[in-house]
Amino acid sequence: MNADITKTDWAPRVLVLLCNWPLYTQSDLAEVAKTREIPQVRVLKVPCAGRINPLFILMALQEGNDGVLVVGCPPESCHYKAGNYLSNRKLVVLKRFLEYLGMEEGRVRFEWIANPEQGGLSRLVREHYEHVKQFGPVEKLVRSHFASGPLSYSSP
Amino acid sequence: MDKLTQKIRQEAARLLADHQVDRVIGFQEGTLPLRSAPVIVHDPADVDKLVWNSFCGNNLARYLRGLGGRRVAIVAKGCDVRSIIALIVEKQFSRDQVVIIGVPCQRMIDWRKVAKAVNGEILRAEERDGELLVESKGFKRSLQRDDFIHSLCAACTHRNPIVYDILVGEPVEEAGQTPFPESAAFEERSPAERWAFYKDEMSRCIRCYGCREACPMCYCEECFVDHSQPSWIAKSVEPSAVQIWQIVRAYHQAGRCVSCGACERACPMNIKLLYLTEGLNDLAREMFDFETGLNTESLPPFATFDPDAMRDTAKQDGR
Repeated sequence: MNADITKTDWAPRVLVLLCNWPLYTQSDLAEVAKTREIPQVRVLKVPCAGRINPLFILMALQEGNDGVLVVGCPPESCHYKAGNYLSNRKLVVLKRFLEYLGMEEGRVRFEWIANPEQGGLSRLVREHYEHVKQFGPVEKLVRSHFASGPLSYSSP
Repeated sequence: MDKLTQKIRQEAARLLADHQVDRVIGFQEGTLPLRSAPVIVHDPADVDKLVWNSFCGNNLARYLRGLGGRRVAIVAKGCDVRSIIALIVEKQFSRDQVVIIGVPCQRMIDWRKVAKAVNGEILRAEERDGELLVESKGFKRSLQRDDFIHSLCAACTHRNPIVYDILVGEPVEEAGQTPFPESAAFEERSPAERWAFYKDEMSRCIRCYGCREACPMCYCEECFVDHSQPSWIAKSVEPSAVQIWQIVRAYHQAGRCVSCGACERACPMNIKLLYLTEGLNDLAREMFDFETGLNTESLPPFATFDPDAMRDTAKQDGR
């Protein structure tokens, strides 16, 4: 669970689902490393945003992530041709559906990183991080403490 | 309605006797009042089981599963036909395997509305000339059928079968597109109120999967809730598991749902579900200009993409 809300500098736990290809070169990897330095930000690399099962986002929220940021490749830049187009539809619909149900707007965000500008990723993550901070710790969809973890392989 | 019932029986008998189809899927008189039940007729001698009335709320396209090479006939109202088309688009069977006995829909009643209006358990119900004759312990009441139409049926814009092989009854006048009142009302509320409503409704869910079983589009051999390595959500009534179950079930219908209402009708806990499905149908219309089951050429929104349109969507929704 998240840091105690009574502490004045509560840091949101943010999951970044990052496609492998926008930040690929050595200098780009330095950018990713910089992003990882932001407290409580976890970067999960996927081969393509198209690999992202919308359930990943829901699981992330269920496990207590306060924000989920999906970063994919811009139009016409998908390494696998169309993964970003397909994921765009799936994930934006999921995002809008969650917001229709009352999820705070912007907790889940889908963005693409323009062909790597210096500082693009860490800037984007910081922006998301600050945005999510205003909502406080996630409560909706978080698993109740009495239930065992859904991703556990062993019996409780 | 009697004329329609007669015609359906005639056509079914003919199709079966001529061996044009293996079986006829239709409705029979239900064991519960105000609810006709699905029936599958094999023998021409059994066609007298078939009925048609305002209690035929189920979506019979649900029974077009595991057809194999068989050819079947199905009695289908407007929404059912759209489901059939959607299933053909998703390659569940081919068009020539289904003989569609299309019935322009007179709109179905909502048995829950009737139950609320009658002060007592309904033991028997009969429909006659636009009236519902309802019998309870010690009294009978006559209600106007049109006062008890299901909310989805009232908002329906596709009552006439879009395709059919046989048409039973006269085509009806279609209404213009109006926002579905329940999802429109839901959207008016504040985010906090919406979540509170959702959470409250879902607190009654017992994970019976009636909604899934009733839905024609939920044909996955392994539903995501049945997947075990990894197990996505718990198979329990723990609140977050239920909330995610319902979100994902509705979400899996995005661009596939025909607004038949079978899910909500099936729920034993009277949980409201239509604001979910209609919310997603509104999104599909708005974002992709797509409505399910109108033709066999258009691909569902998640099966295709439009590179130019995508730029705009991302701009609107990237934040």
